[in-house]
Amino acid sequence: MPDQSTPAVETAHPHPVGIDPRGPRFGAAITALLLVAVLLLAPAAAARIVMAVVVLLFLIGVTAGAQGSVQGRVFRSLIRPRLAPPPELEDPRPPRFAQLVGLVITALGLVLDLAGVPYALAISAGFALVAAFLNAAFGFCLGCQMYPLIRRWAPGRREAV
Amino acid sequence: MLFRLIGAIALLAVSSLAWWLWQRRDGYLQGATRAAPWHREHRVSSGLLGVALGSRATFVQFSSDFCQPCRRASVVLARVAAELPGVAHVELDAEAHHELTRRFGVLRTPTILLADHAGDVVGRISGAPTTAQALDALGAVAE
Repeated sequence: MPDQSTPAVETAHPHPVGIDPRGPRFGAAITALLLVAVLLLAPAAAARIVMAVVVLLFLIGVTAGAQGSVQGRVFRSLIRPRLAPPPELEDPRPPRFAQLVGLVITALGLVLDLAGVPYALAISAGFALVAAFLNAAFGFCLGCQMYPLIRRWAPGRREAV
Repeated sequence: MLFRLIGAIALLAVSSLAWWLWQRRDGYLQGATRAAPWHREHRVSSGLLGVALGSRATFVQFSSDFCQPCRRASVVLARVAAELPGVAHVELDAEAHHELTRRFGVLRTPTILLADHAGDVVGRISGAPTTAQALDALGAVAE
């Protein structure tokens, strides 16, 4: 695996190391395409396999962060060198949170589908597709809109930190 | 297959429309009562915010983690506040100020309250404003 050392631009940046905001949007576009494939193939076994790939990609994104995800690596090695430098860098935490939300939705769909729940795969793929598509096309920020829900789920988060 | 493809395209079209309806007012100043009829509070004070109010206007921005537009809004409003005399910008972490978010009915971030020199909230902006939108909003505040 080639060593993707951080460009000097990013190390020169002060505290939170920023990432190119186009990276997560590119990643969301890949995810959206895979989810369209799930919708087109369901309920065949092939849909289940594609969905498992999506779950795996989200899992890698959540554990390794937007930079370490498969989509992030593809973006950095193939896409970013062809683009002009971004006007501003982005905090990596919001896209990582979005990956977590995607993981929960798609993993739930896959588990319910394996348990024999009808339409579980297509419905969860549909929800995840809407979020990924809005993210890729318009820069939709799931974490911002979910803020009151997060607050309700994790009221003691600040004390814990 | 064709039927499903049309279904998938329809799903994306409907979500695009919903997105457009949801965000079309983002960045623009909304009248306080019309945009947020549920909020009970119409005033801010330096005691409440912990900093001095601007002598002309104050942008009170509620931000959160996981919120990229919040960063954009901070940059724009900080610059406007730095360049215009009498305009102040305060950024608050919504999660650290539950009481204030409840009082002002803040349901998403970034939400920006615009207060006049006396601390009366003349309106609010949901979503990140552009510099032009921020300057436009200041038109609602008397010189």
